[in-house]
Amino acid sequence: MTNNTSLIQTKDATIDPLWVRILLTSIAVAFLALFLLVPLAIVFSEAFKKGVHVYFAALKDPDAWAAIRLTLITAIIVVPLNALFGVAAAWAISRFQFRGKTILVSLIDLPFAVSPVIAGLIFVLLFGADGLLGPWLSDHNIQIIFAVPGIVLATAFVTFPFVARELIAFMQAQGAQEEEAAVVLGASGWQVFCRVTLPNIKWGLLYGVILCNARAMGEFGAVSVVSGHIRGLTNTIPLQVEILYNEYNFVASFTVASLLAFLALVTLLIKKFIEHRTHLQLLESQKPVDLGVNA
Amino acid sequence: MKIEAHGITKKFGNFTALDKVDLQVPPGKLVALLGPSGSGKTTLLRVIAGLESADQGEVLYGEDNVTGLSAKERNVGFVFQHYALFSHMTIFENIAFGLRVRKWKNNAVRDRVRELLKLIQLESLEKRYPAQLSGGQRQRVALARSLAPQPKVLLLDEPFGALDAKVRQELRRWLRRLHDEIHMTSVFVTHDQEEAFEVADLVVVMNQGKIEQIGSPDAIFAHPANAFVMGFLGNVNVFHGRVQNGRAEVGGFEVPFPEHPHDEPQQATAYVRPHELDVDRVSHGPESLPARVLRIARSGPLVKLSLMAFDEQIPLEVELDHQRDHHLELKVGDEVFVYPHQVRIFVENEPRQ
Repeated sequence: MTNNTSLIQTKDATIDPLWVRILLTSIAVAFLALFLLVPLAIVFSEAFKKGVHVYFAALKDPDAWAAIRLTLITAIIVVPLNALFGVAAAWAISRFQFRGKTILVSLIDLPFAVSPVIAGLIFVLLFGADGLLGPWLSDHNIQIIFAVPGIVLATAFVTFPFVARELIAFMQAQGAQEEEAAVVLGASGWQVFCRVTLPNIKWGLLYGVILCNARAMGEFGAVSVVSGHIRGLTNTIPLQVEILYNEYNFVASFTVASLLAFLALVTLLIKKFIEHRTHLQLLESQKPVDLGVNA
Repeated sequence: MKIEAHGITKKFGNFTALDKVDLQVPPGKLVALLGPSGSGKTTLLRVIAGLESADQGEVLYGEDNVTGLSAKERNVGFVFQHYALFSHMTIFENIAFGLRVRKWKNNAVRDRVRELLKLIQLESLEKRYPAQLSGGQRQRVALARSLAPQPKVLLLDEPFGALDAKVRQELRRWLRRLHDEIHMTSVFVTHDQEEAFEVADLVVVMNQGKIEQIGSPDAIFAHPANAFVMGFLGNVNVFHGRVQNGRAEVGGFEVPFPEHPHDEPQQATAYVRPHELDVDRVSHGPESLPARVLRIARSGPLVKLSLMAFDEQIPLEVELDHQRDHHLELKVGDEVFVYPHQVRIFVENEPRQ
């Protein structure tokens, strides 16, 4: 066999025929367009259908404004809490051996496995008027279900795996050597965390926080069950979208929805940027030793 | 300051990493823990450092019992195989870390870091990040970082394991010179016998969680305590056979073995290093073995021969100096006689192997 034919053969062996490539690519592109790009375009085009003026008027509506505020409040409470929990859980799981570790890991995944509606229902059964803790709560004049605390609780439950899962994988990949080095050099636990662990995990942490935030703001099912849909009081952005839509107020509905779509786009952008950074960081920390030319 | 470990036992689940290990490191010496992977050498080092807690046993630094102290409180310098430099800090800040957590004043930190940068000859790189350094440079920074807080002992875990051969050699000579300058009690882990023998004052050979032999490199090489040590220290030809009436018959040749003058035969294994075998054109009687030359490699400082013994079909490795090889005019396929200068025989019913 000459060199030439062997070259052609390897080329044939590693690249699919032209028609297969075109077919597979067009299927992927068509799918993407149909399920992602078209809906996104529709959201914005419907929102701006009657002009920019109507768009901003819809946003200034007191109920819409209340929904935006409630969504922000929920996110401001839930995201830091879950970030804190995520860091603690990831630290424990990636750095220590203990009994029940696998159970803890599966428990962290539980909110992904349970339907959000069920999650909401559990809180109703627990804190609702006829719930387990209902009588005690009403005796002490505390309202959780059909109020902000219920929404926060439901959102926290649904979003708590995001930071933890992200960081567990990240910290396991990085290993504990830098932390051990810091301890041997005389650093206290807190110094190790602040000066070594946190700088090392910051991009992974941010990544988890961004995803957690997107989900916290966009959560529908669990919040819908516990909120009671009280306009101006317990409606978050997704619930407000549904109400407006059911009232055939399409422009207002899509206007509010466009906020979430915009959030999604921003989230994607930041996510992309962070992925780039963490990839670089992992490459650096795991870089095999190069030939020590100057050593 | 001397380091002592008494009766150290450490288990990971069902696996016994260390089994009642006793070790004494004399003050100011450089000691190598040498063994195959899984022999417990790294675990022993980590127990000495306080990074791992032993199930049983005590660790003493000088007269102080440090068993209950954490790694943070033991004030040891520890160098990791993969450097474990802080990737988000400059070289300067890496070396300064141990001083900053001890709340040294800025001026003192700067002076000490500069002093160490000079010692590792990387003064110009203080503003770089670890990722911008070569492997050898990184390991020197790791060493400087561990020395910065003036530790009482220096512990190194396979310090050159991740480097390529040439850098490795330079760095271990440098470490030896450094040790001769600062005379700090040091222990390093390695699986490379050449490294251990070249650098250390004292070599501790470990296997399966136990210490097989402790001694100077020369003593261990000349008088291996048992078959494991013999086999672990580089290339060796192994012959099986038996001892009887003050003679040993192993692998087709016969040598005197006065240690076993008895009638009843006993299984034995003979170990001969490649350079302890010689080759001749004529037979030396029962002490020599006829063999055929399979391969000749003349590229190194010694000529390496691969041969096959006729009778027993045993592969043999022999190392000759170039003069001897030239004199014999060996070619592949030649039929020659192999005879040993020195044979070490271990009778099989020894406690280990």
